[in-house]
Amino acid sequence: MSARIGDYATRSREAIRNHPEVRTAVTGATVAFDEKRRRAYGEVDADLWRRWAEAVKNHLLTHLGDYLVEAEARLEANGAHVHWARGADEAREIVLELASRHSVRSVVKGKSMLTEEVELNPALERAGIEVYETDLGEYILQLLDEPPSHIVGPAIHKTLEQVQRLFADRLETDPGGDPDELARAARGVLRDAFINADMGITGGNFLVAETGTVALIENEGNIRLTTSLPRVHVALVGIEKLLPRMSDLAGFLQLTSRAATGQSIGCFVSLVQGPAAAPGDDGPEEVHVILVDNGRTDVLVHEHAWEALRCVRCGACLNTCPVYRQTGGHAYGWVYSGPIGSVLDPGLLGLHEAMPLPFASSLCGACFDACPVRIPIPELLLAWREEAQQQGLTPWKERAALAGLANVATRPPLYRLAGRVGTRLGAARAARKLPMLGDWSNDRSLPSPSPRTFRQLWREGIK
Amino acid sequence: MKVALFVTCLADHYFAEAAADTVRLLRHLGCEVTFPDAQTCCGQPAYNAGMSREAARMAHHTMDVFADCEAVVLPSGSCATMVKRFYPRLAASNPAVQAAALADRTFELGEFIVRRLGVTRLGDGLAGRRVALHQGCHALRELRLETEPAALLEGAGAEVVPWAASDECCGFGGLFSVKMTDVSAAMADRKLDTLPRVDCVVSGDGGCILHLDGRSRIRGCGVKFVHLATALWRAVDEGVGDGMAERDHGGRHGRGNG
Ligand code: SF4
Repeated sequence: MSARIGDYATRSREAIRNHPEVRTAVTGATVAFDEKRRRAYGEVDADLWRRWAEAVKNHLLTHLGDYLVEAEARLEANGAHVHWARGADEAREIVLELASRHSVRSVVKGKSMLTEEVELNPALERAGIEVYETDLGEYILQLLDEPPSHIVGPAIHKTLEQVQRLFADRLETDPGGDPDELARAARGVLRDAFINADMGITGGNFLVAETGTVALIENEGNIRLTTSLPRVHVALVGIEKLLPRMSDLAGFLQLTSRAATGQSIGCFVSLVQGPAAAPGDDGPEEVHVILVDNGRTDVLVHEHAWEALRCVRCGACLNTCPVYRQTGGHAYGWVYSGPIGSVLDPGLLGLHEAMPLPFASSLCGACFDACPVRIPIPELLLAWREEAQQQGLTPWKERAALAGLANVATRPPLYRLAGRVGTRLGAARAARKLPMLGDWSNDRSLPSPSPRTFRQLWREGIK
Repeated sequence: MKVALFVTCLADHYFAEAAADTVRLLRHLGCEVTFPDAQTCCGQPAYNAGMSREAARMAHHTMDVFADCEAVVLPSGSCATMVKRFYPRLAASNPAVQAAALADRTFELGEFIVRRLGVTRLGDGLAGRRVALHQGCHALRELRLETEPAALLEGAGAEVVPWAASDECCGFGGLFSVKMTDVSAAMADRKLDTLPRVDCVVSGDGGCILHLDGRSRIRGCGVKFVHLATALWRAVDEGVGDGMAERDHGGRHGRGNG
């Protein structure tokens, strides 16, 4: 999915005005997930868990080089092959090279945001390889040729009716089929895909450096099959996904599940430890782990943004976000949307590319409370905003107005005068003519000021 | 106790009666209220826009104005958060000690009454009222005033009706509502669409009220909004019987504007 973030304001407006069903579907689903997350946090000492997870990830990120070397050595000792991809192009080339070496004609995939980030599917298809997304939500979107709109629930923006229509059309299901029937129909198609696939491609929720273990959480069982049935398993893992020790994994699996879906742990946890031990044993013949940077080391050295690399992609910040709920993820224009997208995208793509996402937030702070690794998203948004102002990426009128405010507010007599003039002399009418406030006043009634200011009341004496 | 009122820009001009009610309430609670005349804007508009140099200038001005005050009270959770939580951050490279000291002495109105004065029962002037509480984001998540405003309202006899979106952002966010006006309006709609039947909505933040009320009026929702300060003064001043149910922010403003 290539980035096209610049027209966020337009796309969010279109989503809200022209696709009310998206807002209904997204709000309904995210509110439900958020409630489950809150309940699941309430069952444990979530504050303590989150502080612990934050500390583990901070330790990891400040020793990332060492742990990457350790992970590579352990993976190789387990019989897995390790590849390093600096950018998206290198990641694609490695996969394509492996596919051609193994004469791959058909691929099954587990849900992976990283493969979206590096635009893997189009590259495979261009090479004449059949690609099957096997996560139900991803499968729906593949049929529709749409990118995911949420990092955990990729088709969260779709209504049941839309899926019923799609499946009736493409899989000849009953147009009124219930979710179970629809899932059964998809499973029928995907079962054949699993059996015929030459390669399984997944992401990785975690990579334990100590043991060289790739850990994957899911609820549908499709990842279990993707990692075990085809001859070759390829896992693309972002370099920030490491964990130092196996003992850390237990906590992270549980915390991530609670944050993402409110479960105490996902229905399936796959620990990929390397290829089948001997011919005839279960498991793939070859396991390849591609460690992908694609901008992450740039984020790591950024004064503020590095904290976003603690992200475990649980989606809790999206679910709780009142901004995300109004539009869903597509309005954001790239694979990572919602609060985490607004702080990560400027780091991965460059701030210029990611404007105006740092401003697509009311700074309400709900995301920080939800985040299992305590990423201070509001603070990071402010840091990006500051950089945007310094680089002149915001409208000059806005900068001038705020500089003017500072000049006035540090001169009390001037401030008092401006206040009187501003609100008394028909500011409401003037506001409609201001370029910035024009839209505001279309959507809201402008307030009328108090008949007398507080200063006047104070001078006259308050009874 | 001597308390300095930091009225905030919005309250000065749009919620003047709520600010006056703040004074009445504080006096009723035995405080001597002062109003340092040199006070201006807390600087939050600039801070939220990422203009921290400008915000720091305004912060330093405010720190000077309130330097000698025993306690500073604001009828706004958002501006109180600016002083308490963001001044120390801004001042990190400057006079950090002064910022931290002011932060410790600064309170949002409800916070001051409950945490500093230890009062939750103000009077029963709200008996029989059904109110919904809009929890402002900063008061809730920065100042962690999770129970205080509701406790004060309930202590005054009001029924605080559960509201699924009570703690959800209304979509104001200052500059946000100007820059992302459609999303901001949709956020207000979600608040209004989930609102239970109540006599009025109470909030400790004028910005949220202006935004929600503006949206409510253009949609013809007929919801009444009351500033927390006014609601709490009602609790004390129960003799004023016309009640807040008729306090329509949209109409001609009577006492307790907002
Ligand atoms: S930022 Fe935090 S809450 Fe959001 S997806 Fe990442 S880990 Fe989850």
